[in-house]
Amino acid sequence: MQKIIVGIKRVVDYNVRVRVKPDGSGVALDGVKMSVNPFDEIALEEALRIKERGEATEIIAVSIGPDDAQQQLRTALAMGADRAILVKTDQAIEPLTAAHALLAIIKTEQPDLVIVGKQAIDDDAAQTGPMLAALWGRPQATFCSKLTINGTVATIVREVDAGLETIEVDLPAVISADLRLNEPRYVKLPDIMKAKKKQLDVTDLATLGVSIDDGLKTVHTEAPKARAKGILVKDVAELVDALKKKGLVS
Amino acid sequence: MSKILIIAEHDGKKLSPASARCVTCAAQIAGGEITLAVFAADPGPIAQQAARLTGVAQVITITDARHAQSLAAVLAPQVVQLAASYTHIFGASTTFGKDLMPRVAALLGVPQISDAMSVESPTRFKRPIYAGNAIITVEVAANRKVVATVRTASFEAALDGGAATISAVSADAPAPTHTRYVSLSAAASDRPDLQSAPRVVSGGRALASKENFQLIYSLADKLNAAVGASRAAVDAGYASNELQVGQTGKIIAPELYVAVGISGAIQHLTGIKDARTIVAINKDAEAPIFEVADFGLVGDLFQILPALEAALG
Repeated sequence: MQKIIVGIKRVVDYNVRVRVKPDGSGVALDGVKMSVNPFDEIALEEALRIKERGEATEIIAVSIGPDDAQQQLRTALAMGADRAILVKTDQAIEPLTAAHALLAIIKTEQPDLVIVGKQAIDDDAAQTGPMLAALWGRPQATFCSKLTINGTVATIVREVDAGLETIEVDLPAVISADLRLNEPRYVKLPDIMKAKKKQLDVTDLATLGVSIDDGLKTVHTEAPKARAKGILVKDVAELVDALKKKGLVS
Repeated sequence: MSKILIIAEHDGKKLSPASARCVTCAAQIAGGEITLAVFAADPGPIAQQAARLTGVAQVITITDARHAQSLAAVLAPQVVQLAASYTHIFGASTTFGKDLMPRVAALLGVPQISDAMSVESPTRFKRPIYAGNAIITVEVAANRKVVATVRTASFEAALDGGAATISAVSADAPAPTHTRYVSLSAAASDRPDLQSAPRVVSGGRALASKENFQLIYSLADKLNAAVGASRAAVDAGYASNELQVGQTGKIIAPELYVAVGISGAIQHLTGIKDARTIVAINKDAEAPIFEVADFGLVGDLFQILPALEAALG
């Protein structure tokens, strides 16, 4: 195998609790810490391990987003990606458009494997991987928790609702990484320095010939309804009494 | 008029309760007509279950040995072939639906709505983002098909009482051979199903070992409850992956949810916020789980659980 493309999305950091703007126009992002989508870190880690086993020669990190997404691509380069491509857009895009942009990159780069996170923790859509596979006319293996490559065939263990499903796909294919695929490495300082010298190309949707699909629009954002605060009971007897009163235990 | 096609989810024998919840969501589209499509090697018994769901106008069966297992790459072109006469195509927001529906949407060239949690109009839906910390209203452009996954925890299951017609149709789109099913390893269990059980007992990191996690099974047996787990408990190997509840696991809405030794990270809370009653047992009085619990009990779970079992008789 030669090339692996990894999708890297810039998202609000995992530890930040987002707040909805009072005017309903979205969530407040000013001054909020941004990071690489955690599932994309897992995707990249898997690509790095494949390369370290000698099963791939080049890893390209691709992000679609604002100019600032270069920071997340630098993180990916510091983790070990060989080069990076930013598809610049200042407009929020739906996964369908993201999939078209990735497809355009794929047509140029001709990768043998694409690995993305199973979902981004901002929009929680979980669509880009399977959409890309559909547009590309190639296999998809979503929710991957184990990946084995044997020549031109990959075997994937998928975390599904019923348990663990194993499928086999012909390469090239799109894999979406689940939590337990691996534990991503920490970035070391010398690697951050080295990453600054790695190649990072910037392009945009228009250059790639991709138009933004506006078939789905977000018209309002609101805070979720809060649950009413409950009570603390002092012991097991009081708990059982409370549950009996509600008819939840007999 | 809206014509809604729901892709039935099943294990080859039984219809999934998730599909009955999709029917309830679809039934909220005013003036809609609901069709359930059963793709299977032997759709008969599944179709009969589907036909009994209140609100379903018709059930169509697509019999094909290729559908003995549900592979998105094989199913999606067949769904697309049927899609022409429908305005809406729904699937449950389960691992089956999340795998299949984006592939269908992309082949149809339309965006997809993930985790629809309420129907505002035939083209307008609410859905959660940021692990449920914000809710957005999305609008599908008038001339586009609506493809969505339905957040099952937001809708009750449609009840039996209907008598829909069942008819066989054919969908013979070429299916790729580049994706092949190998096997499924499912923990054989006669316990209630986590996704649909009225009662769930979940354990977290504080159980501290796989052996101790048996305490959760024991309490669950007493309550005739399904067993769940936090991500921390699954990562530590105390419980298997299909038991994970939360943003990246199962989103559930039981009548009773008992969280034992779970601190309550927002990613876990998003999986349980639709539970009718939440009970939290944790030794840390500051744990965020107490913010959402209806009844909280602060203390050592290793003392509380045996006492609770005893008190339940």
